[in-house]
Amino acid sequence: MPPLEHVVLCREAQVSTLQSLFGERHHFSFPSIFIYGHTASGKTYVTQTLLKTLELPHVFVNCVECVTLRLLLEQILNKLSYLNASEGCSTEIICETFNDFVRLFKQITTVESLKTQTVYIVLDKAEYLRDMEANLLPGFLRLQELTDRNVTVIFLSEIIWEKFRPNTGCFEPFVLYFPDYSIGNLQKILSHDHPPEYSADFYAAYINILLGVFYTVCRDLKELRHLAALNFPKYCEPVVKGEAGERDTRKLWRNIEPHLKKAMQTVYLREISSSQWEKLQKEDTDPGQLKGLSAYTHVELPYYSKFILIAAYLASYNPARTDKRFFLKHHGKIKKTNFLKKHEKTSNHLLGPKSFPLDRLLAILYSIVDSRVAPTANIFSQITSLVTLQLLSLVGHDDQLDGPKYKCTVSLDFIRAIARTVNFDIIKYLYDFL
Amino acid sequence: MATSSVSKGCFVFKPSFKKRKISVPIAWLSLHVAQLQEELNKNLFDSLIEFLRKSHSGFHKSSDWGCQIKLREIPTAALILGVNVTDHDLIFRSLTEAIQSNVTHYVVSLKAKDCPDIKHFLQKFVTQLTDCRGDVKSKEEESVQVTQKKTHCSMDLLTTWYKTITKKTGPKMPSKKRITSSQWHCPPVVLILKDMESFSTKVLQDFIIISSQHLHEFPLILIFGIATSPIIIHRLLPHAVSSLLCIELFQSLSCKEHLTTILDKLLLTTQFPFKISEKVLQVLTNIFLYHDFSIQNFIKGLQLSLLEHFYSQPLSVLCCSLPEAKKRINFLSVNQCEDIRRLPSFRRYVEKQASEKQVALLTSERILKVETQSLLENLHVYHLNYFLVLRCLHNFTSSLPKYPLGRQIRELYCACLEKNIWDSEEYGSALQLLRMLAKDELMNILKKCYKVFNSSEKQLGSTVKKIEEFLAEFQNLDDAKEEEDASGSQSKGFQKTDLYHLQKSLLEMKELRRTSKKQTKFEILREKVVNFIDCLVREYLLPPETQPLHEVVYFSAAHTLREHLNASPRIALHTALNNPYYYLKNEALKSEEGCIPNTAPDICIAYKLHLECSRLINLVDWSEAFATVVTAAEQMDGNATTSEERNEIIHARFIRAVSELELLGFIRPTKQKTDHVARLTWGGC
Repeated sequence: MPPLEHVVLCREAQVSTLQSLFGERHHFSFPSIFIYGHTASGKTYVTQTLLKTLELPHVFVNCVECVTLRLLLEQILNKLSYLNASEGCSTEIICETFNDFVRLFKQITTVESLKTQTVYIVLDKAEYLRDMEANLLPGFLRLQELTDRNVTVIFLSEIIWEKFRPNTGCFEPFVLYFPDYSIGNLQKILSHDHPPEYSADFYAAYINILLGVFYTVCRDLKELRHLAALNFPKYCEPVVKGEAGERDTRKLWRNIEPHLKKAMQTVYLREISSSQWEKLQKEDTDPGQLKGLSAYTHVELPYYSKFILIAAYLASYNPARTDKRFFLKHHGKIKKTNFLKKHEKTSNHLLGPKSFPLDRLLAILYSIVDSRVAPTANIFSQITSLVTLQLLSLVGHDDQLDGPKYKCTVSLDFIRAIARTVNFDIIKYLYDFL
Repeated sequence: MATSSVSKGCFVFKPSFKKRKISVPIAWLSLHVAQLQEELNKNLFDSLIEFLRKSHSGFHKSSDWGCQIKLREIPTAALILGVNVTDHDLIFRSLTEAIQSNVTHYVVSLKAKDCPDIKHFLQKFVTQLTDCRGDVKSKEEESVQVTQKKTHCSMDLLTTWYKTITKKTGPKMPSKKRITSSQWHCPPVVLILKDMESFSTKVLQDFIIISSQHLHEFPLILIFGIATSPIIIHRLLPHAVSSLLCIELFQSLSCKEHLTTILDKLLLTTQFPFKISEKVLQVLTNIFLYHDFSIQNFIKGLQLSLLEHFYSQPLSVLCCSLPEAKKRINFLSVNQCEDIRRLPSFRRYVEKQASEKQVALLTSERILKVETQSLLENLHVYHLNYFLVLRCLHNFTSSLPKYPLGRQIRELYCACLEKNIWDSEEYGSALQLLRMLAKDELMNILKKCYKVFNSSEKQLGSTVKKIEEFLAEFQNLDDAKEEEDASGSQSKGFQKTDLYHLQKSLLEMKELRRTSKKQTKFEILREKVVNFIDCLVREYLLPPETQPLHEVVYFSAAHTLREHLNASPRIALHTALNNPYYYLKNEALKSEEGCIPNTAPDICIAYKLHLECSRLINLVDWSEAFATVVTAAEQMDGNATTSEERNEIIHARFIRAVSELELLGFIRPTKQKTDHVARLTWGGC
């Protein structure tokens, strides 16, 4: 096993804190340690490599996977029993409650190998514990006390400890913060895994350019590593072709920089997938040709669905009292200047959609469609299917008999595109734009 | 024999007409539709399967430097299917079959309805996955293990399950023919999420995070079924999660194109004897375009009209392929012959004949049958020519600006079915536009038409020749013109011109043009072509009503179809309450407009009274009015019971009527005013 300082970079302070916390094997350690920090700041990696290189008995559990309490507890116990039983006893332990867990935990750790040294339980993505039973988090925090065994629970989370603390109070864990990597750190870590066929300096120069482009938008180490690997072949291209030497940084920079910028707009946002990006690179085509996911905004709808959606949009964003002005052919002589005095200063589009009853939707629908629309079963089922497509949303109760209320959830641009296809000037009917 | 139902008709040993006649065309229809859809989806499925195959090909070999560094992303296919959600099930079913026979056995599809949270999601996933094992033997062993764990399914369980499966089948794969065992040591697991829009964000996020952590030992591929647009992915998943996916987009054929192909293959062909009239076609396409975009429903409508036709038209016996029909004519009974004579189109035909023949047709059955045979044959030929000319005309009109005769062939077909197309204004303007076409456009169209006519054998042979001639002439024109151009351009050259000279030369050119108003060769030829098309249309695109015996194959009862397919519950309810005679057919209920008959059911009286009220209805007034209407009748026959007792009964009846109306959703109690109820419906329906 390689020495720790070669595997874990730029986390010397945290490692030494942890090591001093752990102490000697047989020492009792702090009952619970809470480690937090941003995504990809090395929490999981440092903990895992530390425990592995020191060969400490530990159990590693990811809380996302444990959808129920039972799964979580059983996973811990089973992994523990695998630890001490080298011959592999395959009896599955069944554990329903935390009480059982404490009892079974005591049973398992009676073994000599686990009794004499500290056992570590690492709970990754600990924020999921908050959604489980209320006694779980306080229980894990003082597991050492409850079980009377040499055990330490390590929580890993992206959220600060203050957001965890239960109302009723609990045992305070030792809180350890993993700060974000600085640009220098990132450079060092990323350059560390250079490909075998190129020199470290060459790769470090590449990483330097990459960070120059991406550092402003992304500090996620995993993502940066991914992007580095994805775009590296393009960087090497002039070298492979023999157009530039490995030291010809300026030429290489000019080659890669626009490419990376394009990558930032497309593959980084997952507008186009990594494999598609690689394919484009290989064929050396312009990435502009491939449309990203967001380019496909057009939704084809049946004729009446379009009008229902338009009517819903109008009902959502116009005050109900203005309907008379917009949809009545002979609305009398309402003086425009008087009428248009806006009582609400803010635009309805800033306030978001308001809910409206079904009747209002239908009334507007009948007045904006040129031909006569019969209220057939098809019209009603269209409204429901628009709800399932998430273009409308049902507000409140779902009792269909008792006057259901809806909201329109589409954007102005979307509805304008829809209205254009049926030659309906929607802006003329919107109170905000009068 | 007598009791065998319609659906059994195919299997009856000695079929009589009545039993066979429906089942055969319906079977034909559904078979063809299935085939068509398979063909239409073929491209999509092929590319999808290609994607599925290659996406986990690198599984287990990660020696490459790039592979080690790169994130392991879950291969994901975003399948955009359009808003016709009713059709999706069929597509997913055939997709599952296609994947199972080509890529992997392990295909699971989940619906959002079944997965309110991640626990149920995993449970469904595990149970379905363990169920879709190909061989039954190991399934039994598995099921014991699985059922006891059904209560707590986790990804760990799945990965261990997957390991045992691959270990077991790895070396001695139960070789399904198309899957080469060497290639598929580790078949991927495909998960189809049928309705992406309805899934909750949390469930999806959690599942993607969990499965991405196990991806190295559990090769998962996701397929998202998306009805609207792929933006929904970004709306549902944050960047941290969507960066775990490797999303590729697949778009299915637009449903309008789908409809066009189906119409083309089912209705615009002589293979299928059954035809529908303009009104029926209009009803079916309107439902499709205005309401649901559902191919499934369109086919159902077509099937319904087929059934209705066979059910209501006695002569539909003859609605089958031509040789079969000719055979059947010989077996027609006296009554059926009488039916033929009663057909309006046949009567019109008879009236045009000479008087001896009229008598013969109306009296002799033998002559009638012979005549019917020839008429049916004429009808067949008429259809053959009709569709050819229709396609040809469509080629001409589909590229015109503003599409006077419609962009799609179905619009043109509708127009031609309705009346003489050449009488319509649109046809006139279309011809006008045709007279202005440029040469290369015209030649392109002519080439297309040539192909159309050539595709069918020996029909309209002279027309093919004529088109060929036209094409040749255009070609000649081309050559001649080139020569002309060559000579013309030389004289012009590049001489320097001042303003004066330019003006002069322009004036000269204008003069020249006026004098040579005489048409060029090309214009003459173009005129010829347009006239030729016009003649074709006038000769062959007669509406079907003009053909004798058209009733045999054309279904025209559009209103029944509309009643069945586009039901309007609110109108029906209003009619029932407003005019109870319409449904009850009781003479006592007959009443003129506006007045309320006291003999009507209580709920009808209450309903009619409530129609006159505004948004809030005063219960006391309502009850009083109700009592007045009800007692109006009973006053006539001397009152036997005491008035108090009677009032109580009326009161009870009123309360019952009101609560019935509440149940139907017309009114509801309100807190705005005491003793009032709120009205919930407006307008006449």
